[in-house]
Amino acid sequence: MSSTEEEGPLYAAREPIFPRRISGRFRTLKWWIMGFTLGIYYVTPWIRWDRGPNLPDQAVLIDMSGRRFFFFMIEIWPQEFYFVAGLLIMAGLGLFLFTSALGRVWCGYACPQTVWTDLYILAERWVEGDRNARVRLQRQAWDFEKWRKRLVKWAAWLLIGLTTGGAWVFYFTDAPQLFVDLFAGTAAPIAYITIAILTGTTFVFGGFAREQICIYACPWPRIQSAMMDEDTLTIGYRNWRGEPRGKQDVEGNGDCIDCSACVTVCPMGIDIRDGQQMACITCGLCIDACDGIMDKVGKPQGLIGYFALTDETRERAGEPPKPVWAHVFRPRTILYTALWSAIGILLIVALFMRQNIDVSVTPVRSPTHVVLADGAIRNTYDLRLRNKHGEDRWFSFSANSPATLILTLEGTDELRVLVKANETREQRLYITAARDSLAANQARTPVRLWISDEEGIEVPRAERVNKDTIFNGKDD
Amino acid sequence: MCAKVVKSQPKKVATTGHVWDGIEELNNPMPRWWVWIFYLCILFAIGYSVAYPAWPMLTRATPGLLQASTRADVQAEIDRFDAANAPMKAQLVATDLTMVGQDVTLNSYALKAGKAVFNINCVQCHGREGGGSKARGYPTLSDNEWLYGGDLDAIHTTITHGIRNTSDPDARNFGLVMPAWSERALAGPLADAATAKLTAEQIGEVVNFVFKLSGQTADDAKALAGAQLFADNCAACHGEDGKGNRDLGAPGLTDAIWLFGGDEAALTATIAAGRGGVMPPWGFAPEGGLARLSEDQIRAVTLYVHSLGGGE
Repeated sequence: MSSTEEEGPLYAAREPIFPRRISGRFRTLKWWIMGFTLGIYYVTPWIRWDRGPNLPDQAVLIDMSGRRFFFFMIEIWPQEFYFVAGLLIMAGLGLFLFTSALGRVWCGYACPQTVWTDLYILAERWVEGDRNARVRLQRQAWDFEKWRKRLVKWAAWLLIGLTTGGAWVFYFTDAPQLFVDLFAGTAAPIAYITIAILTGTTFVFGGFAREQICIYACPWPRIQSAMMDEDTLTIGYRNWRGEPRGKQDVEGNGDCIDCSACVTVCPMGIDIRDGQQMACITCGLCIDACDGIMDKVGKPQGLIGYFALTDETRERAGEPPKPVWAHVFRPRTILYTALWSAIGILLIVALFMRQNIDVSVTPVRSPTHVVLADGAIRNTYDLRLRNKHGEDRWFSFSANSPATLILTLEGTDELRVLVKANETREQRLYITAARDSLAANQARTPVRLWISDEEGIEVPRAERVNKDTIFNGKDD
Repeated sequence: MCAKVVKSQPKKVATTGHVWDGIEELNNPMPRWWVWIFYLCILFAIGYSVAYPAWPMLTRATPGLLQASTRADVQAEIDRFDAANAPMKAQLVATDLTMVGQDVTLNSYALKAGKAVFNINCVQCHGREGGGSKARGYPTLSDNEWLYGGDLDAIHTTITHGIRNTSDPDARNFGLVMPAWSERALAGPLADAATAKLTAEQIGEVVNFVFKLSGQTADDAKALAGAQLFADNCAACHGEDGKGNRDLGAPGLTDAIWLFGGDEAALTATIAAGRGGVMPPWGFAPEGGLARLSEDQIRAVTLYVHSLGGGE
């Protein structure tokens, strides 16, 4: 332990940050990305998609009560949840890919926390003015002007939060109807509760917590540092070019004129000239700020810019940096891309291979078999028949087996049952082996059950699925 | 990597004094809002312990101002479901058993309710899915032979009144048992019911005749002798042809289904010592008491048993 005199306070208050407005390449890119991502978020629930009668016409819908997920032409049932797992794995690999190539590019451009904070700062600037005006207002006593500006700002923030939470609930039920219900006060309580929670969290996270979330609450930055390597492009300060910083007309000084432009625009409140640090979300605004200053003082751009550790070594040695593509196309990123694409292709293939009928077979194994009066052995199977066609279908049954077996259904003399459109039907199936037949006398006989949604007649769009199971004979 | 550390220390922060591979651990202060959240959690905990059951006392915990109780919640939930199911139960009681199958919703309710009733009250003897127990003579309910009949009404009657029990006067086979035919059988109701006393040799002859009836390999000479014994003593209940008699609950002896087992040892034991399985009445209310199951439960479990594979 170092001496106690050196120790600072145990707790530190958040230092307010007043990012200055800046324009430039990265700022423009960020505006576009913000418009694009927020556009997707707010507009998606309102897109309509005709699926015929009995089914919702919302393009993207998470139907909790019906246990379905609709995504344009794709409809996912709960037992197909592996699609969602596959998409999550793809999202994970995608983040690996982007992080290994471009560092915390997700944090800087696409993370909801960044996008909404950007939006909140935009609103803040409209109401209270740019950096200097906001610093003044902060120091000002709580007079009428301050109250007015603060209340207007908070109201704007709350409104944004409200639409954010509001848009979220539209994903879970018919959006136009819910919109009407929300105003009529007849929507489900969970809708209002969800909106209230999301409004509150958006208001607090985007308005007040901001960089505190990235630094203290989010686990992702910690994981990301493990995925970066010396070829990863991150934002840095070329201190071998900039130092010693100071007045331009002093002989021996570097290119940095110590104007603090990069510090004042930073939404995280850090000084990029201190080097890579955990608070940096690589949003690129300091690059825009510095490039503007370099243009004014007649020095080349890029005192602050995207480069990798290998570039730094080369530049210090007087060599040119590697081209960007050499950082992006590396064995590691290519491997991530290959894995990502492979899973994507698998999912697409699975999507097109899946059928509109689906069956699960559960053999009843207690007891394993029943002896009938004539000495025949009977096994029981519980079937769940799912009809994903938009219309009622008859399901019929047959079996392949090395032994002779007889199929019967509970509750009907026919060997077919009607399954209503978009419903699951439970049905009990019996398989019987005659007394002293092959299957009756051996412990286990493999059976392949075939289930077809037409009565064995060759009809276009008729589908067949099969399930393998076991017939249990006498165990003695 | 660059050869020398060029970055200046951003802020003057003390270190904890811990060093790993030349990397020092900075002792940065905690954000103050975190501390406030910690205090808020403490406040919440205090509020929670006042509002909800929390502090252990001698016999039970403090009930809390909100009087919350998960037991009461469960009871309320059960009451809610009971209330919601009441019309369905009433409909089940009012509908003729054979007509329930026509109503998809009612049938589905009855089968699910019946399964629940069965799994609480019946599995102990009859086994899951009505598999039965040969060792103890509890009939299999999923095969296609019935001692007292396998249509809905017969099953309903059996469940309501039970078999050979002493509590319900309407119980099936009250006082009717398979006697203990052995001359060496211990005195008791089963031995008293026997109209004749058979020697061990005679019992062996009857066993062989039963083998013949059911198509198993038998000693022809013994079976021939056993045929007369069977006609004299057994045919009264099991029938001349051994097909059994449902009115008396006498099992058929010609098929492959055996209540207590069909091999020599099991048949010998059955004939020598007699049998008299008992089933309690589920719908009989003793004076001043309640029946074990309500009528809607009995009807539900009737439909469930009927659906197990052997329903007639």
